[in-house]
Amino acid sequence: MATYNTSEFRKGLKVQLDGEPYLMIECFFVKPGKGQALYKCKLKNLIRNTVLDRTYKSGDTIEAADIEEIDAQFLYRQGDQFVFMDSNSFEQYELTKDQVDEAWKYLKEGMSCTMLLFNGKPISVTPPNHVVLRVEYCEPGARGNTATNVTKPCTVETGAEITVPAFVEMGDLIKVDTRTGEYIERVKAE
Amino acid sequence: MSRGYPPDDFRPTASWEVLRLRAELLRSIRRFFDERGFLEVETPVLSGDTVVDRHLDPFWTADVDRQEEITPQTRRYFLQTSPEFGMKRLLAAGGPGAIYQVTRVFRRGEWGPLHNPEFTMVEWYRVGDNLKTGMALLGDLCDRLFHRGTPQVQTYGEAFSRFVGVDPHSASAKELRQTAEKMEVAYPTSLSLDDRDGWLDLLWSEKVQPHLGRKEPVIICDYPASQAALAIIREGPPRVAERFELFVDGIELANGYHELRDPDELRRRISTANAQRVNDGKSPLPENNRLLAAMEAGLPPSVGVAMGFDRVVMIRAGAKSLREVLAFPFDRA
Repeated sequence: MATYNTSEFRKGLKVQLDGEPYLMIECFFVKPGKGQALYKCKLKNLIRNTVLDRTYKSGDTIEAADIEEIDAQFLYRQGDQFVFMDSNSFEQYELTKDQVDEAWKYLKEGMSCTMLLFNGKPISVTPPNHVVLRVEYCEPGARGNTATNVTKPCTVETGAEITVPAFVEMGDLIKVDTRTGEYIERVKAE
Repeated sequence: MSRGYPPDDFRPTASWEVLRLRAELLRSIRRFFDERGFLEVETPVLSGDTVVDRHLDPFWTADVDRQEEITPQTRRYFLQTSPEFGMKRLLAAGGPGAIYQVTRVFRRGEWGPLHNPEFTMVEWYRVGDNLKTGMALLGDLCDRLFHRGTPQVQTYGEAFSRFVGVDPHSASAKELRQTAEKMEVAYPTSLSLDDRDGWLDLLWSEKVQPHLGRKEPVIICDYPASQAALAIIREGPPRVAERFELFVDGIELANGYHELRDPDELRRRISTANAQRVNDGKSPLPENNRLLAAMEAGLPPSVGVAMGFDRVVMIRAGAKSLREVLAFPFDRA
């Protein structure tokens, strides 16, 4: 099994602790002039998104995680199963709602996503940063009110609820930032 | 067209404003020592001798063309981790008794916001100084550089007890580990209970050092005897090393010793440090060196201090990382 030595520690390293994959999101080198060198790391669990603080001393090693990033196309949803296809190998992967996490809100059939595989198994999926969704339902807005600071909830075609300005109407197409879940603008077509 | 480097890699990471401040601070330090009658000296950066410390890893090279020519018998030359051997040899050889040097030093593996494997060190020695007068001189330089007054002096024991609530001179490794757990300090699982100093270092860097020198600069003295490096030991109680460090804004800036003069004691410390290095999985370093010969001939009593110049510039510039004060940090060197 490949390992990383403390001298290789850096932001972005993908490692494995207790059989789970982690991303090194921070690594801070601390050393009293005449003392022990320490590496203070923040590690994000790539399955559960929790963050761990771990401190290592020079010479320590961490197991490398076998993480692969692939382009995957979203095919369809069946209950709590989300089915994707590797755009290169055409292999299909089924993800649970937990694995898909917040991404379910933005998944439309045929959409290209980035999928992480850990030991060949899917662990997470990231939609494009911006997606266009059709508004299925919302309360009618006050006519002529184009202010963006008056907001209301709306339900989009995926079933997710997005906060939009009051002037958005049923049937509108809206662009949403998937990283924040925020409405960006109304668009004419996809 | 150059190959392999990103197009912006040739550019300095420090601004011209900061590079000008560097030059100005360098002049100000030279003026400080010149005014006091110190002689500026230069000693080898590349030497067959090297400081033997458990936690200092020197770069080395050999006078060969091809790697295959290196055998266990090949003489290794070390980039100096500090100029102390060369400077103490000068002290032992008579002369003015007050010398300083501004030089590049090198430490393998030290790379982070506050570390660069190559950095600039200001080091000085004055014959006849004791702990108190040595700290006073450092205090004067600190005032000259930061205009934040003369540092207050505290002992390692006082600072440690205040922020950690445990006496560092008497606590066992087990008690220190319990304290780390109680204070929720994340510690390396590989840190063993045989390594009491490792636990002290952990608590010190996590829970004490960040508080030091926040308002006014502070000098910490009387380190645990087990962390004496090349300082003399005062029997006490508590048994402490006559070693001191300057902290400004939670950052360690300088380290000073009331210098060890006994060659037999130095031999013992070198051999202990080497045993620890081997135990840590590191290579042992040469145990024989010309400093031992200088001590045999007679090293006059003195205090010596080394100051990390780049960090001084960093604090003066209000910067958060050495990248902002080095023209070309290690990844662009």
